[in-house]
Amino acid sequence: MTMRIFISRDAGAVAVGADDVALAFEQAAANRGVAVEIVRTGSRGLYWLEPMVELATAQGRVAFGPVTVADVVSLLDAMAGNGRHGLRLGVTDEIPWLKRQTRLTFARCGVIDPRSVDDYRAHGGYKGLERALTLTSDQILADVTTSGLRGRGGAGFPTGIKWKTVAQASADRKYIVCNADEGDSGTFADRMIMEGDPFVVIEGMTIAGITVGATKGYIYIRSEYPHAVEAMNAAIAAARRAGYLGKRIGGSAHEFDLEVRVGAGAYVCGEETSLLESLEGRRGIVRAKPPLPAHKGLFGRPSVINNVLSFAAIPFILDNGAKVYADFGMGRSRGTMPIQLAGNIRYGGLFETAFGVTLGELVDEIGGGTFTGRPVRAVQVGGPLGAYFPRALFDTPFDYEAFAARDGLIGHGGVVVFDDSVDMAKQARFAMEFCAVESCGKCTPCRIGSTRGVETISKIINGERVAENLAVVEDLCNTMKFGSLCALGGFTPYPVLSALKHFREDFGPAPARLQAAE
Amino acid sequence: MTSGYEPWDEARGAEIIAEHAALEGATLVILHALQEAFGYVPEPAIPMVAQALNLSRAEVHGVFTFYHDFRKQPAGRHVLKLCRAEACQAAGGDALAARAEAKLGVALGNTTADERVTLEPIYCLGLCATAPSAMLDGRVVGRLDEARIDALVAEAQR
Repeated sequence: MTMRIFISRDAGAVAVGADDVALAFEQAAANRGVAVEIVRTGSRGLYWLEPMVELATAQGRVAFGPVTVADVVSLLDAMAGNGRHGLRLGVTDEIPWLKRQTRLTFARCGVIDPRSVDDYRAHGGYKGLERALTLTSDQILADVTTSGLRGRGGAGFPTGIKWKTVAQASADRKYIVCNADEGDSGTFADRMIMEGDPFVVIEGMTIAGITVGATKGYIYIRSEYPHAVEAMNAAIAAARRAGYLGKRIGGSAHEFDLEVRVGAGAYVCGEETSLLESLEGRRGIVRAKPPLPAHKGLFGRPSVINNVLSFAAIPFILDNGAKVYADFGMGRSRGTMPIQLAGNIRYGGLFETAFGVTLGELVDEIGGGTFTGRPVRAVQVGGPLGAYFPRALFDTPFDYEAFAARDGLIGHGGVVVFDDSVDMAKQARFAMEFCAVESCGKCTPCRIGSTRGVETISKIINGERVAENLAVVEDLCNTMKFGSLCALGGFTPYPVLSALKHFREDFGPAPARLQAAE
Repeated sequence: MTSGYEPWDEARGAEIIAEHAALEGATLVILHALQEAFGYVPEPAIPMVAQALNLSRAEVHGVFTFYHDFRKQPAGRHVLKLCRAEACQAAGGDALAARAEAKLGVALGNTTADERVTLEPIYCLGLCATAPSAMLDGRVVGRLDEARIDALVAEAQR
């Protein structure tokens, strides 16, 4: 009997040797005359166990990991024999880190072959679209609104309201735009889903298209994600062949098609209006709002622009019902959030769970603390524009409003852990440096404020007139926060001010800081 | 990497531009295609893109200079990109970047004198759970440590 083996082709797994392991399996199987079918899936998101290898058994898939090329021969023997091996992790779905999650959006990621429409359908794919095709636009809008889904890119704007605005606009054509410019450090959920379950993004965008009356969609993927670009292009071609893109989608009267566009290394293009400018072939300069993209978006037409994860949440909502989705979560944050645990963390990866889990649970229990084994000192939540939280705030639940109430943000769900060797003054300066380099230059607070910020924090680090310069930094931050056009300048103060507030001892002449660190 | 590129040729450039000129908002697509063929965006191509898209030269130049990806001149034979964003900083990326700079004798953002290696910072490869990470000529590498960065540098220098 042919053994079915699953090995991830996710960039995160490939980066730690998954391709080499897959090749070694092929060779070892050929040498021994063992019939093996290797399916390259996405990642389950348990990155400390990558490369993870799974074997199909009567009890379900059994996982082994982390596997190196040197383990392959003994592993193949174990798989062909009694299954015992030092790297055996047990039935994959029973691994506690995975079992504890609520995988709605990521249910298929790491399970299916991301190139196969048939595999996607065999795991419940396209059921959301099939149901959507039996509904009116208003009925779909009601579902999306009832689900409570809010934009997963970071702003948290209600998706249903955005879609309704576009649906009600009249124009010769409308667009669906997927923001896959996932530039925040510490985030990789968009990349993972595009590489591991690209059809769910396509399905979500297709549902958006038939709801608002758009026939064309663009997926704007950052150039730093070549694997995701390849995966999306392959999936789009497969969906077209299967009749799920193009004219008469799924046999209906609807038409919808997709195109991937690749960014060119500008962080600010993750801001929706800058992204639209870039898609139109221009410099990624932020647009003033209004007009909203829902009224005048891509090429001046009404456009739905959502994050990858927002679109990817849609098929579940349509298939299982808005209520089921909305039953998860807390307060005004409904459903699940794919949280990404990153940086100096023992068990890093993707953890999808209902809103409400606390930061402490995420970092200490689920993440297992730092991989260096040193104490956790600071955690940056929400990317380069997110606040640094100390342990004292670890009781904060993962919820848009709870983080905002503590001068932070959940953003796109990235959690970056730092141990006690971190120098928070340097991190604050880095936030300003990053803003200075990536500013589109349109508004003064962001363009000039960030450069002044770098200079002033450098002075503080050098011990020059510390008290006065700290006051200047706070003043600059307020100007940027309230005077910038978009979130780049407007949110850069979050990491800076939070570092100042919670880690004041790091700001001052070097000797004082070193003493404080003792 | 660079060795696989074609030398600049006007007719070939025109062909690439024509291939994509009909797309909506084609500028970035064309600049990417030119760079993929030639390894950089040759200056004579800028007015050609402008003409094909009915834009001013200044507009195309503006787009070309806005984005970090587009190169004015060819890179070294190999391009080693080190992630310098927060998740990799938290995982010890600063020291590894300094180590790579010292080994290659160039600061991030520069090419070695023998034109073999271009060392660049990159702000997030999305490999933040296997940090620190890098990319050598399009190949991603995670869980970098001193031995791995040394091996990458040696590979790039070959």
